[in-house]
Amino acid sequence: METFFRKHSNVMTLTMLLVVQMLGLAVQVKRETDTGAPSNLLHVWAIRLIAPIEKGFVHTEASVHDVLRHYIFLRGVRRENEDLKRQLDAIRVNNVRLQEDALQARRIQTILGFKEQFIHKTIAAQVIGTSGSDKSCIIYIDRGSDDGVKPNMAVVTPDGIIGKVLHVQATTSQVLEINDQTSGVGALLVKSRLQGVVKGTPAGDVVLNNIMADEKVEVGEVVTTSGGDQIFPKGLTIGTVTAANPGRDIFLNIRIKPAANLNRLEEVLVVTEILTQEPDTRDLGPIRAADILAARLPSVPQPTTPPADGTAVAPGTATSGTTVPTKSTNQNTSTPPNTTTQPSPKNPSLPSASSAVKDSFEKKKSTPKKSPPESAPANPTPQDHRP
Amino acid sequence: MNISYTSREQVDVYRFSWPVAIGVPILAIVVQAWVPTRLTFVKVFDFPMLVTIFFAVSRRNPASGSILGAVIGLTQDALTHLKVGLFGIANTVIGYVASSLGVKIDVDNPGSRFIMTFVFYVLHQLVYFTVARGLVGETILWYWGHEIGAALANSLMAVVLFALLDRFKIRT
Repeated sequence: METFFRKHSNVMTLTMLLVVQMLGLAVQVKRETDTGAPSNLLHVWAIRLIAPIEKGFVHTEASVHDVLRHYIFLRGVRRENEDLKRQLDAIRVNNVRLQEDALQARRIQTILGFKEQFIHKTIAAQVIGTSGSDKSCIIYIDRGSDDGVKPNMAVVTPDGIIGKVLHVQATTSQVLEINDQTSGVGALLVKSRLQGVVKGTPAGDVVLNNIMADEKVEVGEVVTTSGGDQIFPKGLTIGTVTAANPGRDIFLNIRIKPAANLNRLEEVLVVTEILTQEPDTRDLGPIRAADILAARLPSVPQPTTPPADGTAVAPGTATSGTTVPTKSTNQNTSTPPNTTTQPSPKNPSLPSASSAVKDSFEKKKSTPKKSPPESAPANPTPQDHRP
Repeated sequence: MNISYTSREQVDVYRFSWPVAIGVPILAIVVQAWVPTRLTFVKVFDFPMLVTIFFAVSRRNPASGSILGAVIGLTQDALTHLKVGLFGIANTVIGYVASSLGVKIDVDNPGSRFIMTFVFYVLHQLVYFTVARGLVGETILWYWGHEIGAALANSLMAVVLFALLDRFKIRT
């Protein structure tokens, strides 16, 4: 017997290893079926082993990059500054027009009883690694539960959404990208207003499902989040349609090119708090019957003359609207009552969710990592993110 | 590209220092996880599998090859959100087969290393695919074009990588 074992020790080792791993697989499949939330010590140990080394690489690279960028590669900064000033002037002019549009939109939203979602707080995080496999579209970020990150929080960049937080450890988090086949995002086609679900494919592509084959979807149409998944706030860019063909079933096969480059991510924002509230119409003027009709009937747009100081003038009489905003937060966070939105009368219109992300991303990039997340919200006041 | 069949006595068996035996697999996994964040094309390489093959054919001990493959594969699994054991099983099989082959064939010249890695890569993917589809029920697709291309890329990388790792060999 002993000779038998000695003679076949290699085969027996192999068999034992395979059987143990297959049993492990079976247990995991069963556990996931039972609870729906797999948790595995091996995941935790491996991440704790690998993440510090990856962080070391990333921080060394960042230090070298900072030295190069701040002290050596300064050529062209003056020209870039002049270009940016020109862009700023153009944006200021455009902003006046948008203020008027926003005023009108807010009145109509109030009339229709809409509730809006705003990104209230974000944390900047650095991408420190991937799953290392093209079968699992996962990235690791250097923020974890110590920084207030929780599972199912949205992860975005100024260009578009990235994915959601899957698992969280103390100082690292696992993010499931939108091109993974197990992900799903509520989506809205901006032009046609059709809603569907954005999913990943086994090949790592992004597709939009659940759009009926008789609907018309154009190539190049922008896809944004619909807010229906309760993870991503409404209005964040997902990508653009690259192909829309009839499928085998009753739905269209719609391929999407993600707005964010999912293959090359360095810094991302984790949305730690989303605000939900009704639009505020104080200082906008009364809600008139004409406004209600305007919301329901087509009309000739009125030419508006922007005032010299950029202050938006509310149409109608001097009596102000009385709608008091109500709000609630999700992502398991609470906000003190004194943070209720109070739009500034001088600047009542505010940027969209996407532009808010861009603004906060630029701010966060220059914010040191050590600052506590709660003390440095991406958007200090909620009104900064009103679309 | 000559593969010479030799007797067991003619095949050299190598060992490695502890820092190399532990550090190289960890470094391979770190590189596999970190470098694709900067250079996307690196994702096509499977450094942990290449390291498994190298240590297995150098030590020429099927039991230790299997164990090394299992450990490296399970660590790879742990970095994904998929079931733990998919890479583990695939690398265990590769570790066993590579070390068994190393006992019988001279795998020290670049030509044989290229062919060997090509075959092992395809075998690795086949085992992974079978386990993932058959046992776990994952929806993964098989693209021959991609797999052959990746096998060629890994084979080329193996020739370079193995030549570097040869410096750490200690003849027993």
